Amino acid sequence: MFLALRELTFARGRFGLMGAVVALIAVLMVMLSGLSSGLVNDGVSGLKSLPVTAFAFDEGTKTDNAFSRSVVDSDQLSTWSTQPGIAEATLLGVSLVNATATDGTQVDLSLFGVETDSFLAPAPAEGDGLASPNGIVVSPTAQAEGIELGTTLTLDQLGTELVVVGFTDGQATFGHVDVAYLPLATWQLISSGLAQPGPPTAEQLDAVPTDTASVIALQAADGASLDLKAGDAAAATTTSTLTEAFNASPGYEAETLTLSMIQVFLYAICALVVGAFFTVWTIQRKHEIAVLRAIGASTRYLLRDGLVQAALLLVTFTALGLAAGLGLGSAMPEAMPFALEASPILTAATLTVGLGLVGAAVAIVRISRIDPLDALGGNR
Amino acid sequence: MTDTRTLTPPATATASAGLSIRDAVMELGDGDTRVRALDGVSLDVAPGEFVAIVGPSGSGKSSLLAVAGALATPDSGQVSIHGQDLGQLSRARRADFRLHTIGFVFQSGNLIPALTAADQLRLVNKLAGGPRSFDPTELLAAVGMAGKAKNRPGQLSGGERQRVGIARALVTRPSVLLVDEPTAALDRARSHEVVGLLAEQSREFGVATVMVTHDHGVLEHCDRVLEMTDGRLTASV
Repeated sequence: MFLALRELTFARGRFGLMGAVVALIAVLMVMLSGLSSGLVNDGVSGLKSLPVTAFAFDEGTKTDNAFSRSVVDSDQLSTWSTQPGIAEATLLGVSLVNATATDGTQVDLSLFGVETDSFLAPAPAEGDGLASPNGIVVSPTAQAEGIELGTTLTLDQLGTELVVVGFTDGQATFGHVDVAYLPLATWQLISSGLAQPGPPTAEQLDAVPTDTASVIALQAADGASLDLKAGDAAAATTTSTLTEAFNASPGYEAETLTLSMIQVFLYAICALVVGAFFTVWTIQRKHEIAVLRAIGASTRYLLRDGLVQAALLLVTFTALGLAAGLGLGSAMPEAMPFALEASPILTAATLTVGLGLVGAAVAIVRISRIDPLDALGGNR
Repeated sequence: MTDTRTLTPPATATASAGLSIRDAVMELGDGDTRVRALDGVSLDVAPGEFVAIVGPSGSGKSSLLAVAGALATPDSGQVSIHGQDLGQLSRARRADFRLHTIGFVFQSGNLIPALTAADQLRLVNKLAGGPRSFDPTELLAAVGMAGKAKNRPGQLSGGERQRVGIARALVTRPSVLLVDEPTAALDRARSHEVVGLLAEQSREFGVATVMVTHDHGVLEHCDRVLEMTDGRLTASV
């Protein structure tokens, strides 16, 4: 550490430049991580918040946009309900609608039709739960668009009127659209296209001939593992676990893959840039290292000193980059899906430092190949 | 870090207390370019003695330094320092032996650019596991550099760098001091100062010093002058 520290201050210009690159990479990592978490929240927080183990889609449903494509019926539900290890199973209706508030505000909603007495029924943080056929419980993120308790939303084309009776506990969005929970029967009325303008009535609901929904939500009993294959075979469904089902939400896979790819490239760039820097640095010090080895410094001491130097550089500037990234992140505009979460940011920071160290180590190993004999003579 | 000083026999007045080379033969290169850099060289340097070796480029002077400094192993023959046969040391032990028992003074000092004069000495003390209370001022004063302890090599003249280099070589109180062309980058006056200092410190520290040089002008400071020609060592006339 004696030599490492003194070299860091002596060559502060060079190390400062390298550190700036590392810090900028860290800033970018925080941004990407925030964007990534934000998009995930925006895309699937509605699903994440459900106490669901797995979703059963109709057999053969294409995985992309499967929630709005799949149609399951109550026969499939009853088959699944009797499968071993199932604690709860219920129908979930998912569809995207456009609606207009009384003041003319246009909103998009992901309708989640649930049985009001099922385990999917939302526990509202504000207002009431689902009860009346026209009551909906909406994600609190919709408040940004001026939606309040008691706001009446009229569905475009159908003219069905729904009233906001509660807000969910925490963000619930699906495919970047706010989730609105409503009773399954109302959802079936709306999706069947039979709904009349005005609030849905009991007569209208009784008249709906279907008992279908989009998917079956499954909850495993505590500690039980579900035999998805057996259930699928019996009920003619295709089942995905909750996390697998994220990919069936609109745009989810494309967004997360794009961001992951950028992150992977950044990690590779970090390792390569740091490796290149320490390669040049080690070559510059070649004669000096030959002298130290001639004097009798052990290879181990020199390697350790080099690695400590790289670690100091990486940790310091990654920390600076993180701080700058967090500062910038909190200044992000509201409209941008951006969420700073500790664990992905820490992972990103650890990987930046770790991969940077790998790059540096590959370069620093050169030290062990420098011949102390080079210290003799004038050949610099 | 092990302390090799405990492994070496105590200093006695015999020749083995300094440097002793017996019939060293070393060949360099391959095939047609193969040269006999050392052709049966024998040399004894007693503690406190200052020996100069002169000779043209390629005569084997550097090879002699490499062999005496445990940087290279002769093909045959024996090198011992302070009674320790270097041939019996492993690679790692040789580095440790160099650290504690051999001092090197290189061309133009070869100091570490990032370190101040005092830190150059502190680093060697740290490497050698020397006392924590080590104070470089005394050694720097001995070479006339006490006033520039905080200067980095870039802020020192060639002669000053060489002085710091000498002080650095003496940190571990070595048995043998090997000096490689110390005046290569210096003018006449500085050359005399530096070599005079080397002679003085060799005696003061009781270290067996071998200096390889082109510079015939500084030989007056040496106890003995030997001439190297085609890998053979002869007494200078």
